[in-house]
Amino acid sequence: MSKKILMKGNEAIGEAAILAGCRHYFAYPITPQNEIPAYMAERMPSINGTFLQAESEVAAINMVMGASAGGARVMTSSSSPGIALKQEGLSYLAGAELPAVVVNMMRGGPGLGNIAGSQGDYYQAVRGGGNGDYHTIVIAPGNVQELADHTVKAFELADKYRMVVMILGDGYLGQMSEPLVLPEEVKNLPSKESWALTGAKGRKGRAIASLKLAPDDLLYKHNLHLAQKYAQVCDNETMSEAYMCGDADVVIAAYGTSARICRKAVKMLRAEGIKVGLFRPITLWPFPKKELKDAVLNAKKVLTVEMSMGQMVDDIRLNSGKNPDDVDFYGTPGGLLPKVDAIIEKVKSYV
Amino acid sequence: MSKIYTKPDALRDVKTHYCAGCGHGIVHKLISQIIDELGIREETLLVAPVGCSVLAYNYIDVDGLEAAHGRAPAVSTGLKRVHKDKVVICYQGDGDLLAIGTAETIHAANRGEHITVIFINNAIYGMTGGQMAPTTLECQVTKTSPFGRKADDVGYPIRACELLDTLVAPVYIERTAVYDVKHINQTKAAIKKALTYQKEGKGYSFVEVLSMCPTNWGADPVKAAEWVKTAMEPYYPVKLFRDIPAGNIPDAAAPETTSAAQRKAERKADK
Repeated sequence: MSKKILMKGNEAIGEAAILAGCRHYFAYPITPQNEIPAYMAERMPSINGTFLQAESEVAAINMVMGASAGGARVMTSSSSPGIALKQEGLSYLAGAELPAVVVNMMRGGPGLGNIAGSQGDYYQAVRGGGNGDYHTIVIAPGNVQELADHTVKAFELADKYRMVVMILGDGYLGQMSEPLVLPEEVKNLPSKESWALTGAKGRKGRAIASLKLAPDDLLYKHNLHLAQKYAQVCDNETMSEAYMCGDADVVIAAYGTSARICRKAVKMLRAEGIKVGLFRPITLWPFPKKELKDAVLNAKKVLTVEMSMGQMVDDIRLNSGKNPDDVDFYGTPGGLLPKVDAIIEKVKSYV
Repeated sequence: MSKIYTKPDALRDVKTHYCAGCGHGIVHKLISQIIDELGIREETLLVAPVGCSVLAYNYIDVDGLEAAHGRAPAVSTGLKRVHKDKVVICYQGDGDLLAIGTAETIHAANRGEHITVIFINNAIYGMTGGQMAPTTLECQVTKTSPFGRKADDVGYPIRACELLDTLVAPVYIERTAVYDVKHINQTKAAIKKALTYQKEGKGYSFVEVLSMCPTNWGADPVKAAEWVKTAMEPYYPVKLFRDIPAGNIPDAAAPETTSAAQRKAERKADK
């Protein structure tokens, strides 16, 4: 399985999900992620899987909920406005502690926006767009190989913690083709016999529900239990990359597509002898707080670059240990890409 | 003395939260009896809606899942697609099925999902305290139609069976009631048929049950039962709409004789 093949980002997600044991996929068409449902529609029948085009995003995420409660590895994918519609389901999945993988290939917003890649849904993804105290694990891959690898990882984490894991990419990442080595097929799926709904064979019926009415402290206790689980995720599951940060006077913080552009700027600046590095959070929730602090330890300035008007920059300011004034921001909303020249100019203005 | 009546095994021995005279308890008991009679307790999956019957899984001793408001048919779809050999009951009320979940209702039926939807129509929102439902009758007073439902303002009550009867895929659609013993027995027969068809892999089945909500109607249980008969039934006729496995096929479900055949003929003519 070590052969390199050329694959489009969106299709790599589809194939990786299948390799991870996903046999149920429900979605509604929306650009720029339509290659995922198209791929699943073609692949699923031949492997005895389910592809179903739902009547809406709302229906799709609730089909995901049903399949997940039944014990299956299940995925849905969409793009920004569609993910907004799925928020109800995400909250219910969190409340009922059901695992699922949700892909958001972000596009420009707000509203219908446009269909170009964007990073405007960071807040929605990491702060939670649905009601109540909950979190979803959010993974932001940076290339097609990572889209595939982290999709497999997403299923693993979803089952491990019985949580929703979101793959947060963007239209550029989904549409680009790159060589990749497909991940290994996952052979031994975890048993869900202790909680899934499989028919009450030889036992009493069990219920999966997010309603916790009585006794009075039931929901209170449930929230404490969830918080404990989330704390465990924060302790154990952060992922990030620090590139040339050791001696850096300036560290650029960026994720996903933005980070690709920033890496180029770092290389060009380094060629001019300017000590600059790149810190790339891969999990956006849990946020790699400690890793960020380490990466910027010696830096005088941190520049956050996003394809938005500045969302992750809040987390950088909260967690870098720097004076907030020393954390600068450069962003390109509306589906435009950050410019290497502009990044270089910003960095040079600090040194 | 021989025992002639007992609580069904599939009905848990617990107090329900339902009001006196409410129809949910009757239908829960019927479902439990049918589960016993068909021997499907260990293969039945129950999806509960948001509404008064949200805790149905606490009363019927099968594996249960709670859906968001209106989403029970979508949740049931996901569950059934994973467990094709199980019997999935999608239990819903009028607000759930015909207001917030209209899209899910129609599309699950249109896909012919192999599930059984049991629709409790009591013409009012119960859990939230008596607001107007999509099935609230004209002139009926509720918390949000205090002067009576005015059709020229909020439209006419929706008839679920008639709406779904325009689709091709459903195999069984029937409207029943639980206001007297005769109709309770008919309801039991209908639900039993629906679950049997599902078990046999026949397709989507839908049973609407006209039911009582004495508390929110402001009526005692006897008067409430009478109201179902005198006010609801004339607008929502108790009848069998289709039973395709038994040969009762309405025009809408016979596409070869209607639109599909026409389209085929037109395509041929074009060539």
